[in-house]
Amino acid sequence: MHLKRMDYSILLQCIHCGLCLPTCPTYAETKLERHSPRGRIALMRAIAMDELPLTRAFGEELYFCLGCLACQTACPAGVNYAKLFEAARADIEEMRVLANPLRDLVRGVVVGFVFCHPRALRALGRLLYLYQASGLERLVRQWKLTRLLPRRLRELEPLLPRIQRHFSDALIREVETLPVRKYRVGLLTGCVQDLIYPQVNRDTADVLLANGCEVVTPRLQYCCGSLHAHNGELERARELARRNMDAFDLDSLDAIITNAGGCGSHLKNYGELLADDPRYAARARQWSAKVKDIHEWLVEIGVRKPQATLPARRVTYHESCHLCHGQRVAWQPREVLKVIPNLELVELPESNWCCGSAGIYNITQPEMAQKLLARKQDRITATQAAVVASANPGCSVQLESVAGTFRVAHPVTLLAEAYRVERKGGGA
Amino acid sequence: MNALTEKLVTRLGADRVLCQREDLIVYAHDGTAALRQLPACVVLPHTSAEIAEIVQLAVEHNTPIVPRGSGTGLSGGSVPVPGAIVLCLAKMDKVLELDERNLTMLVEAGVTTQTIAERAEAAGLLYPPDPGSMKISTIGGNVAENAGGLRGLKYGITRDYVIGMEVALANGQIVWLGGKCVKDVAGYSLRDLFIGSEGTLGIVTKVLLKLVPKPPAKKTLLATFPRMDAAAETVSAIVAAKIIPCTLEFLDNTTIRCVEEFAHIGLPLDAEAILLMETDGHPAVVEDEARAMETIAREHGATSVQVARTAAEAERLATARRAAFSALARVSPTTILEDATVPRSELATMVNFIQEAARRYHLRVGLFGHMGDGNLHPTFLTDERNADEMRRVEEAMREIFEFAVARGGTITGEHGVGLAKKRFLPKAVGDGSVALMRQIKRTLDPHNILNPGKVFDGCT
Repeated sequence: MHLKRMDYSILLQCIHCGLCLPTCPTYAETKLERHSPRGRIALMRAIAMDELPLTRAFGEELYFCLGCLACQTACPAGVNYAKLFEAARADIEEMRVLANPLRDLVRGVVVGFVFCHPRALRALGRLLYLYQASGLERLVRQWKLTRLLPRRLRELEPLLPRIQRHFSDALIREVETLPVRKYRVGLLTGCVQDLIYPQVNRDTADVLLANGCEVVTPRLQYCCGSLHAHNGELERARELARRNMDAFDLDSLDAIITNAGGCGSHLKNYGELLADDPRYAARARQWSAKVKDIHEWLVEIGVRKPQATLPARRVTYHESCHLCHGQRVAWQPREVLKVIPNLELVELPESNWCCGSAGIYNITQPEMAQKLLARKQDRITATQAAVVASANPGCSVQLESVAGTFRVAHPVTLLAEAYRVERKGGGA
Repeated sequence: MNALTEKLVTRLGADRVLCQREDLIVYAHDGTAALRQLPACVVLPHTSAEIAEIVQLAVEHNTPIVPRGSGTGLSGGSVPVPGAIVLCLAKMDKVLELDERNLTMLVEAGVTTQTIAERAEAAGLLYPPDPGSMKISTIGGNVAENAGGLRGLKYGITRDYVIGMEVALANGQIVWLGGKCVKDVAGYSLRDLFIGSEGTLGIVTKVLLKLVPKPPAKKTLLATFPRMDAAAETVSAIVAAKIIPCTLEFLDNTTIRCVEEFAHIGLPLDAEAILLMETDGHPAVVEDEARAMETIAREHGATSVQVARTAAEAERLATARRAAFSALARVSPTTILEDATVPRSELATMVNFIQEAARRYHLRVGLFGHMGDGNLHPTFLTDERNADEMRRVEEAMREIFEFAVARGGTITGEHGVGLAKKRFLPKAVGDGSVALMRQIKRTLDPHNILNPGKVFDGCT
């Protein structure tokens, strides 16, 4: 068992002071100790000490946890909750306490196959695009054929986001260079980002080019493996990490750029994930040092202010959990937004409170996800912002599902738009 | 499930009576190190009436009740006793009234200290008590332990702001004590009896708080010292100069390093000690006091005195200081925190004694605290798996308590006695005092079901 094998001092690090409780979304909603980080760690400790068998209730609890890592930011004692969380979920899967045939099937197909094979994922993406674009989806909904689906699937069907016609590699060439280049960077295009928001990848490339970076985008990229690591499949996560590293020529690159908070957090962790892999450990450490969130990188190299006149806009910023808590990248996206002319950045109250997307949480725990989304929507509406900027595709899908009065956009998209106005000759 | 839990389930519903082992484990401890005991069940009342009924049922079944808020206590006050029902008030979290004409706030016991502070501030008012765990600690817990905080020396502690309360008694009655009058001498001041009673005399269900106008100006200074006793002497000198700032907080080098690693606010890592000094009030007074404190600090050997430039910077310093205790856990897995307190004239000798005791027992200690109150938090950095070291911690702690008491001090300034310090209580307050406390306990809780075994032993 991962929890039992783990260095016990990681579990002992928690002194149960409770300072994590007010930052935990599931505790705030329920006020129940078991739904708090302190409670979850106490349970993990009980399992590690053989005071509690690994029960189904424990399994359910750890899947009720969003894994948002707000507790990790709040913890003065420096408890590594991310590591505990991944170990606990791996144990839960190995002990199969939550197993049932349907769950096994869905996990087998999604986690075990689709997100392990990029070509399969894109093929599935194309099928879904055709289904949506051909009008078939409209007909299915009109004729209420969705009634034929099992209840859970029926409830999820409206959540299916719009798949785009062209994916990232149709929008971005393998190498896009500049007459004078200051840096050479690799671009990670992601999975969900690639299918649903490929334009964000194009925008990222444009912003990098506008800041003197040559952009290398390998054609075949693998899922970063965060989905696997967070869902108890650490071995598969390791395999994906190796393949991803093989896709990039690390020595020739100044940085590997990611624009998705959730992926970035995991990508930076390859060093630790593969620490015991004799072939890959050194390379993984090098990789972890080179992976940069796009905002982090832009601020590091000194992001250039676009010379354009743009209409005044009020923008607020929602923080992706794994960007602010996982990667501790919090002020940089705000700095990037502030260089955009005529953009008024208003702070979003509880900006670093999870929106409920949390990977696949909105699918596995729709009730809690909905509560968190409603809370987020209230806060956004109160700012009266026209745009809510967010740097993670999961958050974007979630926020777009309630976007009526506001538009959802990646900060980099807003910056890329400004550079485009600049290129056209200064704008309004 | 036994007969009592069955009745509780019938009354409250199964979702508010927790008996699963997974729930019992997570309510087995509070914020105190090395104390753990599984309860029999956990109940989550929504109203005072429900609490009264639960208490009555517990009396009928002769089952102990341990009240709990957020479980951040540091003396084991809400650690269950064997076979107990944990009565968790976290769900009673409504602010019932903010009376801006009388400057009072009425809240349910499960409201967090932070919520009270925020609601007061939004109305241009201040609720001064600010214990380290204020972001999550509940007012019920603050009242039960009579919690202090960083602003104690000027503004006092929880007791100074509680002007009324509703209490569920062991006989199942609900009584209201106190009220909104500034002056009220009708009969005994019973509410004072319940403040700091650690849940042993009744369950506080609602609290009426006094608020004060928010001071118009504030200044925060950070003084760096090459020696710890220089910081202690500075504090004694500031008080002797008849200056009462709102905060005089002290951190030693070990604590500075841990806090900086967590908060990244640029604390001086090579300083032996720092003092965080804050003055608030009328702008002119604030200017004067800040200047005077800076002079005194420099006269006593401060190598630098910096002024926080913005309110945000000042807030970051205070927040970082509040994290000191937990941050010390970065050094070692078990942190045994104490709050021995001495008269302020004795600070330097106390600081030296603590360091000397740690040396003699070969222990690592982080030292920080509310120096302006004479309230220190020597924190032993140890490992509960090391029995020999834990025994030495015990010994050192006993010596520190005895030294504090001999100097006219006390064993606990703000954390309460709970389980952790009850052995030391007779020495601290005298046998006469303990006998009187027992007598009160027997009168109010004849069946000894309210948090039994806390503060002192055996009361049946």
